[in-house]
Amino acid sequence: MAITLTATAAKHVQNFMIKRGKGVGLRLGVRTTGCSGMAYKLEFADVIEEDDLQFQSQGVTVLIDPKSLPYLDGMELDYQREGLNEGFKFNNPNVKNECGCGESFQV
Amino acid sequence: MALLQISEPGMSTAPHQHRLAVGIDLGTTNSLVATVRHGISVVLNDENGRAMLPSVVRYTADGQIIVGEAAQLMQSQDTANTISSVKRFMGRGLHDMGEISRFPYRFVEAPALGKTAGMLQLRTVAGIKSPVEISAEILNVLRRQAEAALGGELVGAVITVPAYFDDAQRQATKDAARLAGINVLRLLNEPTAAAIAYGLDNASEGVYAVYDLGGGTFDISILRLSRGVFEVLATNGDSALGGDDFDHRIYCWLLEKSNLSALPPQDTRLLLTHARAAKEQLTEHGETRITAILSSGVLIDQVLTQVEFFVLSKNLVQNTLQPLRRALRDAGLKVGEINGVVMVGGATRMPQIQQAVGDFFGQTPLTNLDPDKVVALGAAIQANVLAGNRSGDDWLLLDVIPLSLGIETMGGLVEKIIPRNSTLPTARAQEFTTYKDGQTAMSIQVVQGERELVSDCRSLARFELRGIPAMVAGAARIRVTFQVDADGLLSVAAREMRSGVEAAIEVKPAYGLSDADIMRMLQESGQHAADDMQARALREQQIEANQLLEAVDNALEQNGNLLNADEQLCIRTQMNGLRVALQQNNHQVLKHATEALNQATTEFAQRRMDQSVNSVLAGRTLDSIE
Repeated sequence: MAITLTATAAKHVQNFMIKRGKGVGLRLGVRTTGCSGMAYKLEFADVIEEDDLQFQSQGVTVLIDPKSLPYLDGMELDYQREGLNEGFKFNNPNVKNECGCGESFQV
Repeated sequence: MALLQISEPGMSTAPHQHRLAVGIDLGTTNSLVATVRHGISVVLNDENGRAMLPSVVRYTADGQIIVGEAAQLMQSQDTANTISSVKRFMGRGLHDMGEISRFPYRFVEAPALGKTAGMLQLRTVAGIKSPVEISAEILNVLRRQAEAALGGELVGAVITVPAYFDDAQRQATKDAARLAGINVLRLLNEPTAAAIAYGLDNASEGVYAVYDLGGGTFDISILRLSRGVFEVLATNGDSALGGDDFDHRIYCWLLEKSNLSALPPQDTRLLLTHARAAKEQLTEHGETRITAILSSGVLIDQVLTQVEFFVLSKNLVQNTLQPLRRALRDAGLKVGEINGVVMVGGATRMPQIQQAVGDFFGQTPLTNLDPDKVVALGAAIQANVLAGNRSGDDWLLLDVIPLSLGIETMGGLVEKIIPRNSTLPTARAQEFTTYKDGQTAMSIQVVQGERELVSDCRSLARFELRGIPAMVAGAARIRVTFQVDADGLLSVAAREMRSGVEAAIEVKPAYGLSDADIMRMLQESGQHAADDMQARALREQQIEANQLLEAVDNALEQNGNLLNADEQLCIRTQMNGLRVALQQNNHQVLKHATEALNQATTEFAQRRMDQSVNSVLAGRTLDSIE
């Protein structure tokens, strides 16, 4: 059971957290929505919920609710630049299918 | 896959979907529309970059309806057909208005029956108009402005009203919104909206007074903010006192100075417009010059100093202080216990107001948000929450749904429509489709709970949508709408979008569930997360397998002649294999068997396609085919 960040992703998360000025970590999760089943949730976290699972990777605290973990287990969060866009990318080994735009996925 | 950005807690949106919701400040003098973009509340400008829409509507003889600045410019020339400050007439009868001669309009006594019964009406060149219709024109412009700026249809809006509005006035506001094609998520008191804007953006805590002097209304509210949750301790005010009255004082002063008495309506409007400009000038300048030529040719040329204006308006300023004392008394607070004073409304820019309020509370009032925009900004934040773009918030939770609500989909799976912790009231819709060719009915089971399978959730109700026109599977569009009102009453409606057939049911979801039950259901959902994921995957695979089997069966029946005996046998063998796999409840086995059948039928599908193309083209020349 683990979630990891690449060094680039961790650096960006830390920068965003400093700019934002508050927050205890990064919250990842999934929701059943979107055009292909599931959608990722990527948020700052201000509080650690009682049933949250915590991971440490590259100095970043990652929080995941227990319901989302099976869908994300073994995942690596990366930060990439694609053309003019840059942002976070979920390298999720559980994914079997994605919708065309890649914003939602199936396991 | 797409690259994602980190959202604020609870702010991540579903793919392809941000529910467009706006806050509307339907003001006496100006109206504004705002929305939350990327977590920040912003006012939406019109195509000319202006945020404030003057709440003025002009009806012309050729049936045009002009709203906003263009109407305002014509105010002094076409007085009777150019209606401003219509908000004062909302839900009001003639007898409520007192001295009506100060309004340059032709009033008509209220109709005895119908939606606007008891409400005064105005005669214009375009016919008799009720205040509801006139307000709807303003709202309509704002709605279009918002839709143009946001690029989509609005889910709904929060519309603000003065805290003093009674039921008739609130209802009239709601009716106007409906007439303008706006779904009202909630009516919100203006001071409360201002408090939301300040309370959240600045994370302030303590007891606050909201001093709202708008164009036509004055409200004072005492609010307690703590840990982001606020409570209204007391409200007071005067629903017929505002910036317009300050204009009126300057207007009266002009008449007195120029030795004039009653003026024709267009001159009245002209001088009032000049009076307003003078008032705004005096906020920044020590004196201002007012020059105007009346229709009689009389020239008005006066200089008004700030000091003189302060004296003129002293009584009006004093009139706002009495409600302050009453509100404090109602809240059981002393002046010293107020931690801050929020200023709302353009009229609070007047230095004498800021001075008087500062003296009264013994502190400088807060003005760091634009007093004209703060109400709309707060309403937008509220609208964003009510539309469901945020979840899991701990502020402003008047009431929340304890467990998710959803419906059963094929294979006993739960599709959640309203997630747990959504604030009440709320409404959400989702589209579903038919599963079989020619399916004419759909059974809708409403369930409550966090688990993935219907059997693990609680069934609340079941109803049927009948009369769906026969179509191929997947072609029907059935929109299921869940609506939970402020009392927690759930109504579920299903509507087939092409034929318009619909069915609905009302349920009381909280009925019979104790806190312990809710706790247990939540805990189970966490403990069974991995099982649920397996179960969902298996069910989805089973549905896919069944659909495939049915499709191949149909195809064999129709076009079996396209295959030779060997080929038929091969496909039938794979079908049997899949049927066996279906019995085993093993996700992977089922998946492989489904893929095998898919592959075995690829060639068959190709031939069926060729054949149908041939049959369409047979016997036709190239010319006859478009």
